[in-house]
Amino acid sequence: MKTQMEIEKQNKVVQNPSRRNFLKETSALVGGLVIGFYLPIKGGRAYAAEAPHQQGQPAKPVYPPNAFIRIAPDDSITIVINKSEMGQGVYTSLAMLIAEELEADWSRISVESAPVASVYNHTAFGMQMTGGSTSIKSSWEQMRRVGASARMLLVRAAAESWAVPVGECRAENGMVFHDASGQQASYGTLSDVAATLPLPDSVVLKSPGNFKIIGKPMKRLDTPAKIDGSAQFGIDVYLPDMLTVVIARSPVFGGKVKSFDATEARKVAGVQGVYQVPTGIAVAATGFWPARTARDLLKIEWDEGPGAAISTARMRKKYLALAKKPGAAARKNGNTVTGFKKAHKSVSAEYEVPYLAHAAMEPLNVVVDLKPDHCSIWTGTQAQTMDRNMAAQIAMLDPDQVAIHTTFLGGGFGRRANPRSDFVKEAVQVAVEIGKPIKVVWTREDDMQGGNYRPMWSDHIVAGIARNGKPVAWKHTIVGQSITAGTSFENFMVHNGVDVTSVEGASDLPYMIPNLLVDLHSPENEVPVQWWRSVGHSHTAFVVETMIDELAHLAKKDPVAYRLAILPAKSRCRGVLKLAAEKAGWGKTKWPAGHACGVAVHKSFDSYVAEIAEVSLQGGKIRVHRVVAAVDCGMVVNPDGIQQQIESAIAYGLSAALHGAITLENGRVMQSNFHDYAPLKFSEMPQVEVHIVASSEPPSGIGEPGLPPIAPAVANAVFKLRGKRLRRMPFDKERFA
Amino acid sequence: MITLTINGKITEVDTDPGTPLLWVLRDHLQLTGTKYGCGIAACGACTVHLDGRAVRSCVTPVSMASNRQVTTIEGLAETELGKVVQAAWQDVDVPQCGYCQSGQIMAATALLKENPNPSESQISAAMDGILCRCGTYNRIRAAIQTAAKTTGGAA
Repeated sequence: MKTQMEIEKQNKVVQNPSRRNFLKETSALVGGLVIGFYLPIKGGRAYAAEAPHQQGQPAKPVYPPNAFIRIAPDDSITIVINKSEMGQGVYTSLAMLIAEELEADWSRISVESAPVASVYNHTAFGMQMTGGSTSIKSSWEQMRRVGASARMLLVRAAAESWAVPVGECRAENGMVFHDASGQQASYGTLSDVAATLPLPDSVVLKSPGNFKIIGKPMKRLDTPAKIDGSAQFGIDVYLPDMLTVVIARSPVFGGKVKSFDATEARKVAGVQGVYQVPTGIAVAATGFWPARTARDLLKIEWDEGPGAAISTARMRKKYLALAKKPGAAARKNGNTVTGFKKAHKSVSAEYEVPYLAHAAMEPLNVVVDLKPDHCSIWTGTQAQTMDRNMAAQIAMLDPDQVAIHTTFLGGGFGRRANPRSDFVKEAVQVAVEIGKPIKVVWTREDDMQGGNYRPMWSDHIVAGIARNGKPVAWKHTIVGQSITAGTSFENFMVHNGVDVTSVEGASDLPYMIPNLLVDLHSPENEVPVQWWRSVGHSHTAFVVETMIDELAHLAKKDPVAYRLAILPAKSRCRGVLKLAAEKAGWGKTKWPAGHACGVAVHKSFDSYVAEIAEVSLQGGKIRVHRVVAAVDCGMVVNPDGIQQQIESAIAYGLSAALHGAITLENGRVMQSNFHDYAPLKFSEMPQVEVHIVASSEPPSGIGEPGLPPIAPAVANAVFKLRGKRLRRMPFDKERFA
Repeated sequence: MITLTINGKITEVDTDPGTPLLWVLRDHLQLTGTKYGCGIAACGACTVHLDGRAVRSCVTPVSMASNRQVTTIEGLAETELGKVVQAAWQDVDVPQCGYCQSGQIMAATALLKENPNPSESQISAAMDGILCRCGTYNRIRAAIQTAAKTTGGAA
C-alpha cells in the first residue's frame, strides 16, 4: 500500500492560485467540513471570497456559505452540485470528480443542487449556468481540487490527533489510516477538526493511472428517485396557499393585449383572479385544470403588430435569395474566385432546415413565492444567475434577496437557459400582480408555440474538386437569425457581424480546402430564437457533411477514405472516423438487401464524433436500423454516461432529421402538441453502439456532440439507396420513389 | 365528493367530476410522480393503472376512476411485479432527465402483467406511445427484457 507521500510524489502538484481564493466555513447546521473553492476565470480575473467592494464599505461575505462538500459525523457526504441535472448525468459525474480526489466511500455520497451564489459560478462563463456541453470540461480541475483539498485537511486532522507525520498517513474509502501504528479514523469523525485547519497552499491531483472512480462506469445517483416518482421537478413543487396560473399569450410573436373579457373565465369554479400581465392575460386558480379551463374561455383582442405577417413559406424564399448574395465573412482562406477556376468539377446545392421547438417532456413552469423583502423561486433552470438577476429587477429587490431552488429539469436541451430569462421574468411579473405564492404552468401547446426556437436556416454551398478529387474551392453562405443578437451574450459572441453560434461547424470545418469562404446573413424577425441542443452545429454538420459526401461521390471515392484523405494528419476526426468504420464493418460487411450505410464526422464542443447509420426505406419512409458511433471526448469520466448521451443525442437528432418542423402562417405557429410535432418514437429508435477513443486529452463536451453527425449520416445512406440527395429537413417530407 | 381508491387507500376528493384524474392526483393529492406532458393522450407521461390496466390519466375524467383501483408510480412497489420492474430499471440505469419514466414504468408493468414474456415487436407495440425526449428507449427495452427474465415469464 502506497503512503500518501509516495502517491503525491508521482502525482501532479498544483499550486493553489492564492490562499485568499479559498473560503472555508464550518456549517453550524450540519457540522463537519465544508469547503468551497474558487478558480481564476479566463482573463486572469480571480474570484474573490467576498462580494465586490463597494467604495467606502467593508467587504461583504458571499451569501450563502459557498461549499461543495459536507461531511457529516455519520460519514455521509453531501456534494453540492452547481450544475443543473437535465438528464445529462452531471449530478453523478461531478460527484465522481470530487469523490475521486477525496478518496471517498462512493456508497456514502449523495448530492444536492446548489443555491445561486457566485461561488457556484461556471469557471469560464462567470455566472451560474449549465450549457454548451461544458460542465465536465470547466469543472474537471476545479472539482478535483476541491476533493483533494478536503482530503488533505482530513489527513492532516488525523495526523495531528495521532501525533504522527502527515506523510505517514493515507486516505482511502472514506477513512484515514496510519499503517505503522494501526490507527484509523473515518472522515465523519475527523471532519470537525479538519474544518478548523488552515487550507493547504497546494493541492496534489492524482495522475490518471491512479483513478479509482473516474473512467469507471458508474450508476447514476439520481436513478432511484427517478423510478419511484419521488424526484422533484419544478412542476412538482407545491407551496401552502399556492395558486396555479395559466396564461393566455399572444398568438403572434410580439403581440399585445388590446382588450379582454373574462366574464366566462371567472365563472369557472376554483378561479381566484384574472390579471393582465406584460405577456398576456393570467388566470389564477386553485389548480391547473380550472386555470386552464378558464384561460381557454377568455375573449381577448390582440394588437398583433408586425409579427402577424410572418410566414415561413415566404421566409424560405427570402432566405434562399439571400443565400446567393455575399454576407459577412466568417472565414476566408485563399481566394475562392481563382480557386473555382482551378476546379475540375464543381457542385452547387441549397439546404434548408426549419425552426425547431425543444419540446422537453416537462413543459415550462415556475413557482414563485414573493414577499416584500424576499423572493423564492423553484424552477428547472439552466441559468441561475441571469434568472436571479432578472427576478430581482422585476421584483425590485437586491439579487441577494432572491433565492433560486433548482429542481430536476424534465429536459433542458437549451430551452431552460433563456438569455432573456423569459419564463422566470414572466412568472415574477405574475407574482407581483397576484401577491400570493404562484406556480405558472405552460401547457404543452403554450410551450410548443412559445417561440425561443432553433432558428430556421438556409445554406448555399458551391464546392469544386481538383483532378485528383480533392476539394480546391468551397463557398458556403449561411442565412438565419442570430441567437445572441440583442442579448447579454452578443458582446462576446458576435464579431464583425458574425454570431459564432450561427457558423460554428461550418467556419471551422476540419477539411483541408485551400480556397474557402464562409459568410453569413443574419436577418431579423419577431420569432424569438435560442440555443437548441448542439446550437449551430445542428445545421452546419448536416450541410457540410452531406456536401463532403457529394464531393466524395464526384471524385468516385469511398466516403470514409475520401474524408481521411482530406483531413489533416493531426485531426482527431481521423481517429473517430477510423474507429466507427472498423466497428461498423465499413467496406467489409454485406448489409441486408435494401439497407445502406452513410457516414458523417463532426467536431463540436471540443469533442469528435463519427456516426455510421444503417438505413432502409420501408413504404417510402426512412428506417434507421443501427448507428455505430465513435467518440473522442478526451479523458473519460463516466463511460456509461457517454453511452447514454450519445444514444440521447442520436434520438434527439433523429427526431429533428426525420420529423421536426415548426412552421408559421400569418404569424401563427402551425404546430401545437406531440401529434403534429412528433418526437422519435420507441419503434423508431435504432440500435446504438458507442465506441470511445482512448485519449489523454482533458475531457470535453458530451451532451451535444453526438447530435450533429446523425442527420448527415442518414442523408448519406439514403443517397446510396436512392441516388437522391436530401437537402431539406425534416426528411419525412421527402417522397421516395 | 368523489370517492377514489388510490394505491389501496380510500380518499374523498371535492372536485368537478370532469376533472382529469391526472390533476386530481397532482393538485389535490400531491401524488406528483404522475406527470403532465401533453394533456391529449399523446405522450404517456401521465400513465397510471386503472384496475391494473394502463390508462392516460390526462384524458380520464376522475369520475371514471371512482369505485376502481387506481395505482400510481408511488404505489407500484406494493406489487411484486412492480418491484421487479423498478429493480430492472435500476439495474439497467434507464432514466436520464427522468420526467417520462413514471409513465414508462407504469406502461411496462401493465404490459408484463398481460404478457409476461413479450417479444421484441410486442414490446415496441406496447411502448410506442410513451415518448421520451432523452432517447432512453433502448434501455427501456433492455429493462423490460430483464424484468421478464426475472419473473421467468410468470408475472
